[in-house]
Amino acid sequence: MVSTSTPTRERVDQSFRAPVGDTIRERFTQFVLLIATCVALVVLVTLLVDIVRDGASGLSLNFLTQYTSRIAANSGIRAGLTGTLSLMFLVALLTFPLGVGAALYLEEFAPRNLWTRLLETNINNLAGVPSIVYGLLGLSVFVYVLGFGRSLITGALTLTLLVLPVVIVASREAFRAVPREIRDGGLALGATPLQVAVRQTLPAAVPSILTGMILSLSRAIGETAPILVAGAVFSRRADNAPWHLSESYTAIPIQIFDFVKRPQEEFQIGVASAAIIVLMALLLVMNSAAIIIRNRYARNR
Amino acid sequence: MDQRITSEPLTTAPSTAQPIRIDAGSSATPSTSAASGPVWSQDSAGSGSDRPGASKGVVFGANDVSVHYGSAPALVNVTLDIREREITAFIGPSGCGKSTFLRCFNRTNDLIPGAKVSGRIDYHAQNLYAKDVDAVEVRRRIGMVFQKPNPFPKSIYDNLTFGPKVNRMKVDFDEVVETSLRRAALWDEVKGKLKQNAYSLSGGQQQRLCIARALTVDPEVILMDEPCSALDPIATAHIEDLMRELEHDYTIVIVTHNMQQAARVSDRTAFFTAEIESEDDDRRFGRLVEIGDTSKIFSNPTDKRTEDYISGRFG
Repeated sequence: MVSTSTPTRERVDQSFRAPVGDTIRERFTQFVLLIATCVALVVLVTLLVDIVRDGASGLSLNFLTQYTSRIAANSGIRAGLTGTLSLMFLVALLTFPLGVGAALYLEEFAPRNLWTRLLETNINNLAGVPSIVYGLLGLSVFVYVLGFGRSLITGALTLTLLVLPVVIVASREAFRAVPREIRDGGLALGATPLQVAVRQTLPAAVPSILTGMILSLSRAIGETAPILVAGAVFSRRADNAPWHLSESYTAIPIQIFDFVKRPQEEFQIGVASAAIIVLMALLLVMNSAAIIIRNRYARNR
Repeated sequence: MDQRITSEPLTTAPSTAQPIRIDAGSSATPSTSAASGPVWSQDSAGSGSDRPGASKGVVFGANDVSVHYGSAPALVNVTLDIREREITAFIGPSGCGKSTFLRCFNRTNDLIPGAKVSGRIDYHAQNLYAKDVDAVEVRRRIGMVFQKPNPFPKSIYDNLTFGPKVNRMKVDFDEVVETSLRRAALWDEVKGKLKQNAYSLSGGQQQRLCIARALTVDPEVILMDEPCSALDPIATAHIEDLMRELEHDYTIVIVTHNMQQAARVSDRTAFFTAEIESEDDDRRFGRLVEIGDTSKIFSNPTDKRTEDYISGRFG
């Protein structure tokens, strides 16, 4: 440091120095926050390393293309994979029109009164209901009352009920994010409120709606409890397809549960871990899709 | 100069997408305004107007119009005429209700919950607020440009075809796009990039696109709510030139905070003021002080309040 010659300069330099106590407190807080982040990260890394170490050896093309077997080495998750993909397809098909329709109505057309406020509060609360409750609902309504039995459509409808509140809430947020000015511009051209909603507001909101939908779908395909209650089977030696609605079905999380329950250690550790890797890869693909859609939308703005 | 009179009712009918205008020679529509109310400097029947084609028709006749939001008045007892193919400017301090009044002309206030318009606004002698008048139909005939440029987040081309599409106009879209862009003095700048997103344009270009978009549905009147307040001086100059150009074919009503702008572009100016309703909570409502030829309002206003505002003593 160059020594300062004038006394005034020295005083100025001193007055800008942070008090020692402040600096220490600042550093300490940052350190604590860093530790908190690390804990989450360490848990995640441990989980990944553990599962990959146990399951990587069991992963092969055969694992994806074979049905379950009593012999661990011959076991695969073909039934679960087709089941999960079929469920995903059906849930998306059912959720998009229902969720977006409800959100569009509530956000663009519903009068603001006690009744709609009540409706909104209920939807928000439904998003927090434990998933097994939806399973019980699916069991009583779809399996028994409507007589769909323990079939693929029962599973799809149950998961649809589960994700619908989340999709409605996310879609409403998406509609609310569309600037008021766009609606004004449409209305000023003599478009009806419905035309504005369908041709301007909805397209502008679709990227965020899709993002929300994919994220809630990825939650749905990881769910075990509701479809377990609503009749998914543990072992099935046939493919599921979205158009075979009345067939029995299984899904990857159900199969994982099945593998872990078996007495043999090869199943409990090796096969189950391999299935977990497949499930996580699927989730990763879906979440990446959501991020890509969001980014593309952000770039277009 | 021929006179355009829209003789068709504004009620909803499937085939009325495109307004039919009857050229009716030069018969002037009589003014519907009452002589009571605010101070009139030079008005009705265009006497004393120094512009050619002085005997202009009246497009809007507002009679004793008040607007309330809930129980709070926003604007009270406004009576004035808007003349055909002129630029009428509304000026006044914040909270004087000039934007609120503008929104009465295409019934945009209907979209605000709790807003209530009383009095009478005639559009070519047809009451805009009559029971059987459809607000959507009104907005088809009376275009609007907003304070902030609000293009749709779509291509330039799609921005311009939306209006004709929703109005089921049987027109050649390419032609509408080119004509409206040319009229809005934007064609040369964007003709090579019609498929580009409208958000890629500059603010001034976006605003001209919004004006072009308003023109696509062939309105008779264009309402402009502070169209230049979000723009820089050069873009503002562009818009003002454009307004001067459009005046030959359209009736324009502009709300502006910028007195110089009103002086530069408008033929007639209406000055509104804000009156304090109650001292306790500083609630205000607007009132029309006077309306007259712009040159007169700015050089020799009738009302003391106008003079004070123009000379910068308040507002």
